[in-house]
Amino acid sequence: MEGLSVADANLVMYLHPSKSRNVSQSILRELGSLLFKFNETFDGVLLAYDVNILDKQAKILSGVHPYFGLRLKANLLLFSPKPDMLLEGKVVKLSQESIHVIVLGFSSAIITAENIRGEFKYRTKDTEELFASKSHKRHVIKVGTMIRFLVKSFDEEILHIIGSLISAHTGSIRWLDRHLEEDSEFDRSSMKSRDREWLGDKTVDEGATPMSYDNHIKMSKKRRITE
Amino acid sequence: MGLELPKYPEMEEDQVFNFTDSEIVSHVKQALASVLSGDNNSYNQLVGVMHHSKHLAPDEVALLETTLKALAGAVSSIDITHHDSLLSAIFCMSMWNYGPHVADALAELIVSLAISNGKYLDLCLGMLVSNFTPPPYFLDKLKMPHGLERKGKVLSRVHAAFKKIADYVPLAPLRLLTIVLQGMPTIYHKDRAIVIYVENMLKLESGEIGELVGSTILMAVVDRLIELDVEIGWDAILQDDFSKGIFEMELEDVDDIEESAEPDVGEFRLSRKSLAGNSIAELLDNLLVLTFEHLESCEREGRLAKVFETLLQSFRVTVLSAYKSKFAQFVMFYACALDPENCGMRFATMLADLFVQDSQPQPTRMSAVSYLASYLSRAKFLAASSISSMLKGLVDWCLEYCEAHDADINPNAHRVFYSGCQAIMYVLCFRMKVFVDVPRLKSELLIPLEQVLKHKLNPLKVCLPSVVEEFLRQAKAASLFTVCKTFIFDGLLESELSRAFGGLERLDTFFPFDPCLLKKCDSFIRPMFVFWSMVKPAYDDAFDDDDDDDGSSDDDLVQDFVNENEDIMNDEFGKSFDEQGVDMDEFDYALKKMSITPKATSNYKFGGRFQEPARMPSRIRPSTSPESL
Repeated sequence: MEGLSVADANLVMYLHPSKSRNVSQSILRELGSLLFKFNETFDGVLLAYDVNILDKQAKILSGVHPYFGLRLKANLLLFSPKPDMLLEGKVVKLSQESIHVIVLGFSSAIITAENIRGEFKYRTKDTEELFASKSHKRHVIKVGTMIRFLVKSFDEEILHIIGSLISAHTGSIRWLDRHLEEDSEFDRSSMKSRDREWLGDKTVDEGATPMSYDNHIKMSKKRRITE
Repeated sequence: MGLELPKYPEMEEDQVFNFTDSEIVSHVKQALASVLSGDNNSYNQLVGVMHHSKHLAPDEVALLETTLKALAGAVSSIDITHHDSLLSAIFCMSMWNYGPHVADALAELIVSLAISNGKYLDLCLGMLVSNFTPPPYFLDKLKMPHGLERKGKVLSRVHAAFKKIADYVPLAPLRLLTIVLQGMPTIYHKDRAIVIYVENMLKLESGEIGELVGSTILMAVVDRLIELDVEIGWDAILQDDFSKGIFEMELEDVDDIEESAEPDVGEFRLSRKSLAGNSIAELLDNLLVLTFEHLESCEREGRLAKVFETLLQSFRVTVLSAYKSKFAQFVMFYACALDPENCGMRFATMLADLFVQDSQPQPTRMSAVSYLASYLSRAKFLAASSISSMLKGLVDWCLEYCEAHDADINPNAHRVFYSGCQAIMYVLCFRMKVFVDVPRLKSELLIPLEQVLKHKLNPLKVCLPSVVEEFLRQAKAASLFTVCKTFIFDGLLESELSRAFGGLERLDTFFPFDPCLLKKCDSFIRPMFVFWSMVKPAYDDAFDDDDDDDGSSDDDLVQDFVNENEDIMNDEFGKSFDEQGVDMDEFDYALKKMSITPKATSNYKFGGRFQEPARMPSRIRPSTSPESL
């Protein structure tokens, strides 16, 4: 899954003098308050951190309240989805109009009907709602399925993603992983760039599956390993 | 599924159409899309339907319901800029105005809207939060049965909607928390909306997203209680009559006060009457009762221990630091009463720990020990062993202090010490009997205490005279120890020295768990509260020998009463408060019927055969001579 990264950060944290009695707790608390919020400096949502104090001595700022600045070194796990990234999440709600997904357990994503490729048709089977592929019978998306989708936009305040299932390499992960392996034998040279404006009833031709550059690398790596 | 739509202008008058759900949804989508191209007709009709909310005919209700359902299916077509009139119409709707079907459809629409786009999440949550309180015209109807029913239905839908949104947008509870806290009505709102708002907040705490938002919400509720508490000035309830002692009278039943012609006596004439008209007091009363009921439900669900941790933290941060909180602390009292072994002890230990920590500021330490003293004296549910261990801790600390500070009397320099000594004496005034009966405690506790009291620092001279006087009287009667110097106080409540150690905040006269003056609150607290009248001071034994005929006839009276009400008495004894099936009013009436005189109560053994009934006729004066009776 794209969008996750680990970063090394050199931070300076300014603490109020009242926190001087228990500095490590205050540091953890401050960093904890940044969790699951989009941070401009980090350019991402902070998911986890590991922090060390570099210097036991801290510089005191002059001012009304003598805040003191601590130099820290932190390992940060960041989540920063950008448009055209592929993300993976679990389907929690499905209707004719939309598919609702939760990514990494905290970020909600929605894929509206206009952004679902024509290959998928909404069906109700035994009171269960699902999207089934017209061309591949086994390719089914329903509540609980893990799907891979493309990011269209990301709301940094609410951490809400608008996604799309237009591209061919989006859909149920289980099916994709199984079948992309088989497809890798086919024409890899016809690498078309992803076309987000694909609408309408175009069905995907198995023989000419356009693959992303990343997937291409992955596939070739896989083949190298298996050989 | 087919649906019958009433007339739309463009349809022919005589025809009746059946539409499928998806057809209606696409119709609505078209209407929404047409705005972008400039054609507002069908869109304006939609908005019109949403605005039409009062006095709806049945077909209009059906139309509204259909429209809402269709909109729920078409949320992806709603644009925040082009359709702002529709959105504002939706967000202004109140579920209180509609019947169940429309309310359901509205809730569904809000949920769909919230999860469809991050932009709408805050607005939708805000709309749901605004549905916590009914529209102004409905507030009066809340007390009536159909009002209550409507309330139950609306609130259950609102909270179910929160849960649904949280299921699909995991971070929604965080946003909800901010919105709920910001939306809290201030205490100056005339429409008393805060009571139902707090009811909703507590419902959130116990609800399915309670784990995520619960502790912050509880702390906000306690903050609000303190705000109200602070608004009630001490002058509203105090009347300056310092001529009598603290132990003279305790307000127990406002009815008695009104009936009797005798003038009120007693210092700090804690008058419930002067609070009667106070609307803020009434508000605080209602909120406290809500909190108590919430704590009861927490206890039933087995969550009390966890909730208590939050309450404890809230107490430390908010209540303890508020200047002489009047009633808000009873939340802690009630929580402790619900679980004496865990929560009850936890509270006491926290206070004791605060007291002994040198790093805490002086007022905090003195406040903490005042709370501890009042708590240990008044909590009926605390075991004698717990009280004795707490006392021992205090006495040990005081002794250590004495040994470390070889100094003369100085109220200003040793404020914490003097407040500690006063605390010990105050608790012993209430609980002396318990200690006198156990010889081991006598030696463990009272020998070090004697050393403390006889030290150069001279706490007996500095501490509040009324407390010292009462303590010495009881100590003498119980033959604990004798004091060589006599202390003449002339029944003074306070002295210059006590004022000195009390400081500006007058922490020498701070007894936070004195009887609660808020009526509804008090009815919850009473069964677990020790009134001074229930305490049989040691020196009353001395009067038993002076019984004359009056006394013996009283005895008979008492015996008859006891025989008649044996069952009730036995039920009372040892029963936990929430098992008490006894109707207090009935019991009280029986008591009054027998018109037991105050003197007779001294025959009841404290902690002996049976517990004294919680309600006693008032005006007990333990320190007076028999003639006055």
